[in-house]
Amino acid sequence: MAVLTYRDALNQALREEMARDRNVFLMGEEVGVYQGAYKVSRGLLEEFGPMRVVDTPITELGFAGVGVGAAMAGLRPVIEFMTWNFALLALDQIVNSAAKMLYMSGGQVPMPIVFRGPGGAALMLAAQHSQSFEAWYAHVPGLKVVTPATPADAKGLLKSAIRDDNPVVFIEGEMLYNTKGEVPEGEHLIPLGVADIKRPGRDVTIVAHAKMVAVALKAAEELAADGIEAEVVDPRTIRPLDLPAILASVRKTNRCVIVEEGWPFAGIGAAVVDGIQREAFDDLDAPVLRVTGADVPMPYNRQLEKLAKPDPAKVVAAVKRVLYVG
Amino acid sequence: MATKIVMEALSPTMEEGRLVSWKKHEGDAVKTGETLAEVETDKAVMELVAREDGVLRKVLLAEGATVPVGALVAIVGGADEDLAGLLGGPAATAPPQGSGVRGQGARPAIPAAARPAEAAPAPARPESATPQPLTPDPQPLRVRSSPLARRLAAERGLDLRLVPGTGPAGRVIKRDVEAAGTAPARAAAPALPTRAPTALVPQAPAGGFRDVPLTTMRKTIARRLGESLGPVPHFFLTSEIEMERAWEARAHLAGRDEAYRVSFNDLIVKAVALALRQHPAVNASFLEDRIRYYGDVHVGVAVAVEDGLITPVIRHADRKGLLEIAAEAKGLAERARARKLVPDEYTGATFSVSNLGMYDIDDFTAVINPPEAGILAVGRIAQRPVIVDGAVVPRRTMRVTMSCDHRVVDGATGAKFLQTVKLMLENPLAMLL
Repeated sequence: MAVLTYRDALNQALREEMARDRNVFLMGEEVGVYQGAYKVSRGLLEEFGPMRVVDTPITELGFAGVGVGAAMAGLRPVIEFMTWNFALLALDQIVNSAAKMLYMSGGQVPMPIVFRGPGGAALMLAAQHSQSFEAWYAHVPGLKVVTPATPADAKGLLKSAIRDDNPVVFIEGEMLYNTKGEVPEGEHLIPLGVADIKRPGRDVTIVAHAKMVAVALKAAEELAADGIEAEVVDPRTIRPLDLPAILASVRKTNRCVIVEEGWPFAGIGAAVVDGIQREAFDDLDAPVLRVTGADVPMPYNRQLEKLAKPDPAKVVAAVKRVLYVG
Repeated sequence: MATKIVMEALSPTMEEGRLVSWKKHEGDAVKTGETLAEVETDKAVMELVAREDGVLRKVLLAEGATVPVGALVAIVGGADEDLAGLLGGPAATAPPQGSGVRGQGARPAIPAAARPAEAAPAPARPESATPQPLTPDPQPLRVRSSPLARRLAAERGLDLRLVPGTGPAGRVIKRDVEAAGTAPARAAAPALPTRAPTALVPQAPAGGFRDVPLTTMRKTIARRLGESLGPVPHFFLTSEIEMERAWEARAHLAGRDEAYRVSFNDLIVKAVALALRQHPAVNASFLEDRIRYYGDVHVGVAVAVEDGLITPVIRHADRKGLLEIAAEAKGLAERARARKLVPDEYTGATFSVSNLGMYDIDDFTAVINPPEAGILAVGRIAQRPVIVDGAVVPRRTMRVTMSCDHRVVDGATGAKFLQTVKLMLENPLAMLL
């Protein structure tokens, strides 16, 4: 199996889907001539031409709206946001148009559109460019929210997202683009809504998605040195959420820690905890704990930024608390 | 001058009361006769009333809490009176039973002499200014435990109170239950008696279970009936009564005028009352060193209420007409279901009737309600095959079983009484004799 970067895995998915279906096209800022701000669309303009790889002005609301219109007309647009921070400008098109079109047209107008780009914090980009918005989109009925953590997941999930007839919010990670992993060639599809056990274990369940999967795996390694076997469950899609997979793990381990990069209030973990306490109450031996980004705008100071983000040490500490050790 | 408000005995059998809700709050002005709080006794929800004008200064009992009769629950006094002496002192003596209470229905005015709160001055006791626990803590020992630990303990029949918890604040967690399950010697917590954990809690049934704390009424039922079937030597007499004439008479009356509608139970109450009058040996009570024969006939009628039963009394039932009995029985049953009966309405029966006919019961035995000496358990009226002149014919019959306190009523005494009941119900005209 080929070892690819996360960015090349996404590139492969786009290329394969554009080759497979001529209705698929890519649109966004710098996706064509510049080959993508993060080089995800490298080579696509050359291969598919300017009709299918469309550079846009800096007008998020505008090109998101063009994408929604194209989807209504029968195309399958992939709209790239340079980052999800900029997509705030397009929120009306995503939430009010894309998410509701199929519903409000009584099923007559389809909305097979993918909005994609990097989310979460990179490094020292300050408060306005270091935000995780998956909880915002997951809140909206009608949207699917996908957050791949590995190159293989990135490819398999993007291909499924493009083929999905619903609007999909596809959140990548700037810090993930260079990570490498084995990626199956060709027709590699991962269904939306299916979690993946990234590491099996018996003592505690760690639920983590996107960039936090790596943090959880690092924590699990450190815990293993202490004889604690953590199971890392990556939901991969936030909505639909694979709650049964999380419950199955919690029923086995009786303890759970949820890690997310975003803010704590009304975050992804809050929804996961809700499901666990309701469905697995009698299997819990400890309260479910969450490790989240600090409840502040991201500080523009290296040390404070480090403190504001979840890291393996924080996850290890939370795991030890639910295990009543240390 | 400040007075103590204590939990009063609001029913003759009340030993403790549960404070349902405060109708006045700290700082509210109160007038004599105004309701301070609603209290659930063993029988009904009653009102605790103020005996004096003043301000409700201190509420000492939380809503939902249960305390024994006589326990201090509040203080009424002047708006800025110093209460230190009162709070430290012992609770005032409980007033006589029934005084200070006002049921939902009509109640005689409280005589001035029965206002003991005024006669309970607060002695000056400077040394007792330190607040003391006023009432025993009604909450059972609380065990902190994880949901999983509770489930595992229930599955293993372990009493969590006997499992030392090693989690935060002593929380019992999975590993504690597992350790207790494999090492019984560890299971005895120091503060509790050493015995096998399984002895305290029965093995959990496979299908799960639900523990419901006893309501005050359920506690009273359990205690009273336990006092009956154990200590009271019961025996049972069963008789089958033909109800064809009673059926006709009742239908005929109701057919003439809806106002004449009476229930079979009203007929039975009437017949029982008349039979008691004819057989005074059954209208009696065993009082350890003597038997008391009553001059009046008061028939209790068991009424099922939500989560229990109560037996309102039709007084002088032998002297009342059927319509009067019917109206009274209906009113009492309604008030019983609304839990509005006052003690006068459910005490003092000399004999009781319990009817489960409406639940399709053919016959059953009832437990005597002491100090009564008997109770008649009434089954349903149904068409049954009866032999008349050598032929099997359908007849409406009803089976009754009388429970007798053998210390008072012997077999033949009870049988003769039952014969009279049977005669009257089979020939309703006999009730006119």
